[in-house]
Amino acid sequence: MIPELGYGAAIVALALALWGAVTAALGARTGRPALLLSAQHAAVGVFVLVTACFALLTYAFLTFDFSVRYVATNTNLGTPFYYRITGVWGALEGSIILWAWMLALYTVIVILRHRVSARAFYPWVLTVMLGVLAFFLLVMTVAAPPFARSSPVPADGRGLNPLLEDTGMITHPVALYLGFTGLTVPFAFALAALITGRVGDAWITLTRRWTIVAWYFLSLGLLIGGWWSYHVLGWGGYWAWDPVENAAFMPWLTATAFLHSVMIQERRRMLKLWNLSLVILTFGLTLFGTFLTRSGVIASVHAFTQGAIGAFFLSFLALVLLTGLGLLAWRWDALHAQGALDSIVSRESAFLLNNVLLVAVTFTVFFGTVFPLLSEVARGVKVSVGAPFFNQVNVPLFLALIFLMGVGPLIAWRRASLDNLRRNFLAPVLVGVVAAAGFFALGVRSAIAVLTLALTVFVAATIAVDFARATRARLRVGERLFPAMRGLLLRHNRRYGGFVVHLGILIIAVGVTGSQAWSVQTETTLRRGESAELAGYRVRFEDLTASEESNHFKVAGAFTVSNGRVLGVLRPAKKFYPQEQSPIAYVDYRLGLNEDIYLVLGDFARDGSQATVKLLVNRLVSWIWIGGLVLTLGALLAILPERRKGA
Amino acid sequence: MSRRAWRWLIPASALPVLALLAYGFRVNPREIPSPLVGRPAPSFTLTAFDGAPVTLEAQRGRVVVVNFWASWCYPACYDEAPVLERSWRAYRDRGVVVIGVDIQDTTEAAKNFVRDFGLTFPNARDPSGKVSVDYGTYGVPETFFIDRRGRIRAKHVGALTDGVVRVHVDALLAEPAG
Repeated sequence: MIPELGYGAAIVALALALWGAVTAALGARTGRPALLLSAQHAAVGVFVLVTACFALLTYAFLTFDFSVRYVATNTNLGTPFYYRITGVWGALEGSIILWAWMLALYTVIVILRHRVSARAFYPWVLTVMLGVLAFFLLVMTVAAPPFARSSPVPADGRGLNPLLEDTGMITHPVALYLGFTGLTVPFAFALAALITGRVGDAWITLTRRWTIVAWYFLSLGLLIGGWWSYHVLGWGGYWAWDPVENAAFMPWLTATAFLHSVMIQERRRMLKLWNLSLVILTFGLTLFGTFLTRSGVIASVHAFTQGAIGAFFLSFLALVLLTGLGLLAWRWDALHAQGALDSIVSRESAFLLNNVLLVAVTFTVFFGTVFPLLSEVARGVKVSVGAPFFNQVNVPLFLALIFLMGVGPLIAWRRASLDNLRRNFLAPVLVGVVAAAGFFALGVRSAIAVLTLALTVFVAATIAVDFARATRARLRVGERLFPAMRGLLLRHNRRYGGFVVHLGILIIAVGVTGSQAWSVQTETTLRRGESAELAGYRVRFEDLTASEESNHFKVAGAFTVSNGRVLGVLRPAKKFYPQEQSPIAYVDYRLGLNEDIYLVLGDFARDGSQATVKLLVNRLVSWIWIGGLVLTLGALLAILPERRKGA
Repeated sequence: MSRRAWRWLIPASALPVLALLAYGFRVNPREIPSPLVGRPAPSFTLTAFDGAPVTLEAQRGRVVVVNFWASWCYPACYDEAPVLERSWRAYRDRGVVVIGVDIQDTTEAAKNFVRDFGLTFPNARDPSGKVSVDYGTYGVPETFFIDRRGRIRAKHVGALTDGVVRVHVDALLAEPAG
């Protein structure tokens, strides 16, 4: 029953989305309100139907309805309740429903918010959003139908990919998809601006907060993904430049570039063409990411499935890029820049350089990701590009970006005077230089580490200088300290939200630098009662225990960790799932502000007499999560409605 | 080219990238060559679900299709089970044997699977996993085609189709016996 109901709902939703897209476009051309109203109703109908699909699939998961093929392939009778819910979007077909549902939700919110406020763009925005939605519904009904029937109905299902049995898996895809789908809104506005010829600033002002919201979710998704990688995959790292990670990182980079470049357009009426291109590119990259992870074109640790879906996504990506860029070419005459750079030493040029660098990073990541394909075309050999390539090329670019993070927000618009430079940067530069000397004196010898840390201190100092100066100005007019600070944050929330985000990035940069430069690891085989030592920690192998869990068999080692005093017992394990060919590592760790001790269980003797264990002491990794928290708080601050009155 | 025509290079710039990605469909990252192809098939003796012994050695002189499966392997093993049964019935009189090796499974679930699909060729559990280790299986289903002299000649990953079985079995049957 459920397969038929779900399938029917998806088909009706597809028809409604197509109807809505067409009527909205006709409404835009003829100006007849009835058409637009019909499109609106269709959009609401789509939302209701996709919600129903989502609910039906969830119900099928909860009741183990293996007549639904997707349920049978992603759950089994042993799957705990919690993971039966996350299992809904644990694989391709379900993730498409989640995607479509979020997009429908965003469409409804756009209707509620912009029906009146963005009258000129609104019909075309609706057309684009419903068009994109129709694509995902087409995938849902044709290429990867989640409601396909299974015959014969198996007695038990295959089970969820064990790596996805983690709490991070409830939030990571949800946040990431909210980010991806959220980027459809600025894209729809950009196309509407091009179609209507209103390529001024209006569309940017209207979508600014939408972009920040999408960016916030995308950042959150990336961070949770890193955390999942760190504590589930068991190799001690948080980022591997894996194609799927890159796929999510690229739109984040271009969206970041866009968030900065819009400020130049708002202020100086420049970069119209650039901003529109960035938005189209960003949306194209979200599709590219989906294509990459779903098509099986490039092998990856978390590749989903392969099949017809790749051709669908590639065709849609082609449609989006050719339409978007074609519209750009068509409106070429209206997009010519009006302003010009007055000086290299100005905020405009700092922002411009920031954009160039971010796009350069995007390009190198893209290049590295598709390199296996390129090399196959050129030489017939599949060669992957590893982390060293990405690190070598991107680290200098990242360092330059951090430097600009200090310069951009404080330097004057148009042309910075020598006085402006001295007033804003003399102290931070001095602090940075002193910090560099200090780190060197403390024994930091890696040039990159010294440079990164010194730059971080420099940027933090510029933020402090700015905040202190603004607070002082408010104190002078009679405010007290804390109300003055709070007022600054809330009234200039976009600016200071940005600063808080920058602080978050700095903290992350310190974490990344520390973990790269100072982490140590070793692997050793211990007999029961024996100990190994690493970086001041002593790890003793106590014993091995086996247990039967609801859907897997688990072998856990007990290791007592001490550094002078006993810190506790860590129990890294190997989980054996019947549906997996190799066991899944379950790492155990003790997180600290300065360092984490992290244990991975390797081979072991069946009688429990000895076990191989990998010990890692990862330095400053926690700073990455803390920085991430700060970053998201800053983004939230920037999303708040502006309370500033007047100037 | 006039100044205005240049602008169409913007959308055109997307074409090479799209072409590159389209090329990616031609390659299949799942094709993993097995080092065992051409080598003697590891011998094994298992007990079939009906209690009879199943020995590879005893099949020397016949073409053997060894299929690794599991009852939880949905949908691939469900898709190929009828294919195996059909092939077995079509070829059994021509000196071909199909052997199913059930791995990482429970006896009860596996027996139900054999019953539901009405499988009549020998099927046995590999309780210790030794056979699947010897054959270097990555997962289920995987199928090995063994010639009359007991050498592995081909390996297929994923669900079998009638066509795949026919191609491999016919080729091995066409070889001179002995």
